[in-house]
Amino acid sequence: MNGICEGPIISIRGLHKRFGPQEVLTGVDLDIGSCESLVILGRSGCGKSVLLKLITGLIKPDQGSILFEGEDSTKFNRQKLFDMRMNFGMLFQSAALFDSMTVGENVGLPLVKHVHKSDEEIREIVLEKLRLVGLTDVYDSYPAALSGGMKKRVGLARAVVMEPQVVLYDEPTTGLDPIMADVINTMIRELQHELDITSIVVTHDINSAYRVGDRMTMLHEGKIIYSGTPEEMRGTDNEIVRQFIEGRAEGPVRAV
Amino acid sequence: MKIFAMLGRFFLGFIEEIGGMFLLLWRVIQLAPRLFRNIGNILIQMEKIGIGSIPLVLITSVFVGAVASVQAAYQFQGYIPLRFLGAVVGKSVTLEVGPVLTALVVGGRVSAAIAAEVGTMKVTEQIDAMEMIAIDPVEYLVLPRLVAATLMLPVLTVFADFLALVGGMVVARLAVGVSFSTFEDGLTMFFRYQDLVGGLLKTFVFGFIIAFMGCYNGFRTKGGAEGVGMSTMKAVVSSCLLILITNYLLAFLIFSVIFAPD
Repeated sequence: MNGICEGPIISIRGLHKRFGPQEVLTGVDLDIGSCESLVILGRSGCGKSVLLKLITGLIKPDQGSILFEGEDSTKFNRQKLFDMRMNFGMLFQSAALFDSMTVGENVGLPLVKHVHKSDEEIREIVLEKLRLVGLTDVYDSYPAALSGGMKKRVGLARAVVMEPQVVLYDEPTTGLDPIMADVINTMIRELQHELDITSIVVTHDINSAYRVGDRMTMLHEGKIIYSGTPEEMRGTDNEIVRQFIEGRAEGPVRAV
Repeated sequence: MKIFAMLGRFFLGFIEEIGGMFLLLWRVIQLAPRLFRNIGNILIQMEKIGIGSIPLVLITSVFVGAVASVQAAYQFQGYIPLRFLGAVVGKSVTLEVGPVLTALVVGGRVSAAIAAEVGTMKVTEQIDAMEMIAIDPVEYLVLPRLVAATLMLPVLTVFADFLALVGGMVVARLAVGVSFSTFEDGLTMFFRYQDLVGGLLKTFVFGFIIAFMGCYNGFRTKGGAEGVGMSTMKAVVSSCLLILITNYLLAFLIFSVIFAPD
C-alpha cells in the first residue's frame, strides 16, 4: 500500500432512499477506505444495488450525503458527476455491454470519448485490459456471441480501462457456474492488487464475499447492521448475520 | 370515489408525461451545440432511418398514388372532366397524402425501432453503463436520432411524392384511360410551388416527432420484455397521434397564414 491508500475515499452519512411507499434505505452510514475491498452483503432486494447507484450518482438520495474525496456528490451538477465518474468503473449485474458494438469497441469506448490517443494506441490499451481478463481472442466478436462469464470478463475489462480509483461490482458472480464464479473472484482480487484500486462488491454470494473482501458489511432493513473482517464475520454472534452466512430459513430474519 | 381517484391518477400521469417530455426536450436544446461532435453517429442514423425506410415508402407511395387516381376518377364521373385528374392527384399528394402518409408509415417503423432499441438498453442497464463511462445518453442516443429523422423525412417525402405521382399517372393511363400528357397537363395546371414547400415544411416537424417519441418512450421503459413492448406501442401510437394533430395545426399555419392565397 502506498500514500494514496490512506483514509476513506467515500463517506456515506444518513442516506435515505424510498421508491413510492417502499423505504429502501433508512439511514446508511458507511466509510469506504482507499484501496480496500469492501463487500456489501444482503438479501436480494434489500437495496444493495440501489446503494451502488447512489454512490455513483445514477440516482439521487432523498436525504443524506455521500462524500467522494471530501466533496458531497449528492450536490454535484451533471458535469461534476461525469467528472467524478471518470474515477469510477462499474461491473453491472448483466455486464451491460453495448450489443451494437464489438468487444473491442465496448472496452475502448471510454478511451475514444475521453482520451486523446490514436486508434492504434487505444487498440493496444484495450488488448492489454482484455489480456488481464484472459480474452484477447474475442476482440472483434459481438456480445451476443459470448457466454455469461465471458460477458462479465469483458465488462470487467471495460470497468478498469480508464484505470479508475474505485471499481464497483454489482453481483459479479450471479448467474455463473461455480468455476467461472471463482475465475471472476480471482480477477477482482488480482485487479485490486495490480491497479491499487478500491473495490466495492455487492453480493449475496457468501463464498464470493469471503474470496474478495478485506472488509464485510451487511445491509439489512435499510441500514448497515454489521462491519468486520472476513474472520470476524465467521465468528460473529450477530444472529441476523449468522442466519445469512449459514443460509438458514429459521432465525430472526423472516424468509418470506 | 373510485372514479375521482382514477381521474386523479390519469391527470397526474398525464402531467408527469408532459413534464418528462419537456425535460427531455430541454436537455436536447442544451446539448444542441454538441451536434457537430456527433456527425458520424448522425450519418449512421440517417442511413438507418432514411435508406432503411425506402422499400416501405416505395410500396406505400406507388399504391397510394394509384388509389388516389382511381378514387378521383370515380368521383369525377359525370361531373368533372378527367383532364383535371392530374391536378387533383397532384394537389392531394403534395399537400397531404405524401407528407402525412410517409410520416405515418416511417413513424411506425422508426419510432418503434428507436423505442425498442433504447428501451432494451434501459432495461439491460446499458444506459446506466453509458452514464458510468461519462457519456451523456441524450447526446449519444437522442441527438443523432432526432437530427437524422428530422433531415431524412423531407427527403423520403420528396421520394414518396414523386413515386405517388408516377403511380397515379400509370394507373390513370391503364385503368382510367387518361393519357400521360393529359395527366401531366392537369398536374401543372394548378401547381403552386408553395404546395410542395408547405407539404415538405411539415415533414421536418413530423421527423422530429417520430424520433422524439421513440427516444422518450424508450427512456421511460420499465421492467423487462413486457416493458419494452409497452414502450414500443406507446411510441408508435403517440407519434402517429401527434403527427395527425400537428398536421392540422401546421396546415392551418402554413396554408392559411404563411402561404395564404391572395
